[in-house]
Amino acid sequence: METALPLIFMAIMGGALLLYVILDGYDLGIGMLLPFGTAAEKDTMIAAIGPFWDANETWLVLGVGVLLIAFPVAHGIVLTALYLPVTIMLIGLILRGVSFDFRVKAAARQKRMWNRMFTAGSLIAASAQGWMLGSYVTGLEPGLVNLAFSALIAITMPALYIVLGAGWLLIKTEGALFEKAIRFGRYAMPAMGLALLAISLSTPIVSETIAARWFSLPAFIGLAPIPIATLAAYAAVYWVLHRAAIARAGYAWLVMVGTVLMCIMATLGLAYSLYPYVVLDRITVWEAAAATKSLEFVLVGIVLVLPFTIAYTVLVYRVFRGKATNLSYGEQNS
Amino acid sequence: MLDLDATQLARLQFALNISFHILFPAITIGLAWILLFFRVRYTLSRNEAWEYAYYFWVKVFALTFALGVVSGVTMSFQFGTNWPGFTAQAGNIAGPLLGYEVLTAFFIEATFLAIMLFGKDRVSNRMHLAAAALVALGTTFSAFWILSLNSWMQTPQGHEIVDGTFHAVSWVEVIFNPSFPYRFTHMLVASLLTSAFLIAGLSAGRMIRKVDGPATALVVKTGVGLAAVLVPLQVLIGDLHGLNTFEHQPAKIAAIEGVWETGTGVPFTVLGIPDEEARTTRFAIEIPNGTSLLLTHEADGEVVGLDAFEGAHPPVAPVFWSFRIMVGTGLLMLAVSWWAAWQLFRGHGLSRGALRALSVMTFSGWVATLAGWYVAEVGRQPWLIYGLMATADVVAPHWQATVRGTLIAYALLYAFLLAAYISTLRYMATKPAASLRMLPAAQLRAASAVTER
Repeated sequence: METALPLIFMAIMGGALLLYVILDGYDLGIGMLLPFGTAAEKDTMIAAIGPFWDANETWLVLGVGVLLIAFPVAHGIVLTALYLPVTIMLIGLILRGVSFDFRVKAAARQKRMWNRMFTAGSLIAASAQGWMLGSYVTGLEPGLVNLAFSALIAITMPALYIVLGAGWLLIKTEGALFEKAIRFGRYAMPAMGLALLAISLSTPIVSETIAARWFSLPAFIGLAPIPIATLAAYAAVYWVLHRAAIARAGYAWLVMVGTVLMCIMATLGLAYSLYPYVVLDRITVWEAAAATKSLEFVLVGIVLVLPFTIAYTVLVYRVFRGKATNLSYGEQNS
Repeated sequence: MLDLDATQLARLQFALNISFHILFPAITIGLAWILLFFRVRYTLSRNEAWEYAYYFWVKVFALTFALGVVSGVTMSFQFGTNWPGFTAQAGNIAGPLLGYEVLTAFFIEATFLAIMLFGKDRVSNRMHLAAAALVALGTTFSAFWILSLNSWMQTPQGHEIVDGTFHAVSWVEVIFNPSFPYRFTHMLVASLLTSAFLIAGLSAGRMIRKVDGPATALVVKTGVGLAAVLVPLQVLIGDLHGLNTFEHQPAKIAAIEGVWETGTGVPFTVLGIPDEEARTTRFAIEIPNGTSLLLTHEADGEVVGLDAFEGAHPPVAPVFWSFRIMVGTGLLMLAVSWWAAWQLFRGHGLSRGALRALSVMTFSGWVATLAGWYVAEVGRQPWLIYGLMATADVVAPHWQATVRGTLIAYALLYAFLLAAYISTLRYMATKPAASLRMLPAAQLRAASAVTER
């Protein structure tokens, strides 16, 4: 029975994971950049993500949740195949999440340790996510080539997050940290480009059906906007970061927007490649789909609740808009 | 640990994770409502002490919440990494319930906590109140859905099984399954009690060290009052929960009570050493007809024993002991909270002895909550879904070395984090209270002289 329901859930899952990569991406990026700030800058960097990181990470829980809800069979297969990188990612996320709170609440002499844990956790989580993505787009198949590919994405994925982190710092900070953020972004861009290129080229190389779907006329012309938009966004980000005067003149937000655009394009490309599979060339969305009754029950909830979620997320971003210089925790002790 | 098979290793890993995780929701579910109470009191009285209390405890909340989130994220993955058979066969039931938890709880909690923490100069008091109320509701919704799923695994109904896969027939029956109302209230009250002893205990420690301010006294009073009212209520709810379990999971009750053979006029074993090989309880101290009275409300009522579930009942000793630790801790909580409440009621303030007792009991809620969950979860074995899905049938086929390695990594990490959490709370409570600023200058000097001694 081929209904549209599984496709809707695939879209919701992809959307949640894309949002996660963008939103927690900048948190993790700033985590990796933390060692390069002075003590005061470190506090500002943390303040820039303080009100947001918790909700940002929740998109990952929603993404994995939808995988369980909509594609229970695939949930087991994917997470069993990715057992080790998932465990490593979780340990990274645990370290990152708790360090955030411990560094300001534990005794002052421990602050340096928790700062390091924050960076280590962010780097571990980012790399492990790269590994997972690399394994997933090559169909979760073992083999030396796939292993090397996963390793490549594990190394380059943090660069994407660093560019996102730098982009966020360009929006939320000023002065010396702003100037540093420009340099951070500049250094990380080539590796990010490599990651995006590798991900985009991987699926057609792994699977001939996908190659045929991309490189045939007229599909190729119809799909051309995806690579063209990606290249344009890359050029715009490059331009702003390498002509610092433009960034200082109030166009620094282009770095964030351009990088987000690249993420969206990469996701669209992946979606086109993978369709209709949940696990490449193995299980389609319909084969893996949960019972229609379960999907309908959850879809009602999503349709009713998600608009509110997005609305109050926007509200909180508005409450905490502006430069993150004076984020106060309120009174210290009762 | 080296001789464990894959199922035991996977169970051990999941048990470690879920045990570590539950410590933090056990605080945040209750503490969120206490924070709302502080905020409401401040709004109504404009007594700054309530605001000081609020800002101290919202930071404890944030730290606790962060630990709950990261260990909870881990769990959402471990359903799949450790029990792929469960997600594949029961995903139609488990998925939607977990999905509703994410939708109605996680985003609300995470988003509005930011306003509680950092919103002081950015939002109105009304908005702040609303944020505190939404976070409290969020934590409770979260408990609602996850306990609904857990209860369904204990007392499944409202489903049909087609080709080995579970399908929902009635969502109302699935969600409101027989053990859910009892488990839900039992856990909510457990969390309120855990937080009540936490806030009273840390504040009592502060009074002993003489670093307390005007807000500290209010916090102690809140904690003691809450505990004194809720402990007896919890005893009642626990009793009802037990009767419900007796009806639906008699094997679990038989293990709790150490009833080896079905019989009438069964005595209650207060203490003893269950011996599963000899199928008897050694050195048993018994109250004649006690168990029959408790469960059937008749002195010679019939109680089904473990012999009726040969080969399919839970391991007896862990369930038996966990239950006694839970009840014993509960009785201690009753004694300490009533003692302290009596002193406060008479208006003399708390004696040094009562302060010490409260301080010792700071984390007593954790002990009782963990022990209670061991009764519930070990007591469900060998089933994952009671009577329908055996735990051993759905375990993931990982290399034992992999599971063992990750298990050790998790154990080390959790031990480190637990130590850091407790020492950080203690550190926060040794700093002089900020509400000391409310005192006149002369008193403040005296107070700081004490603290700098």
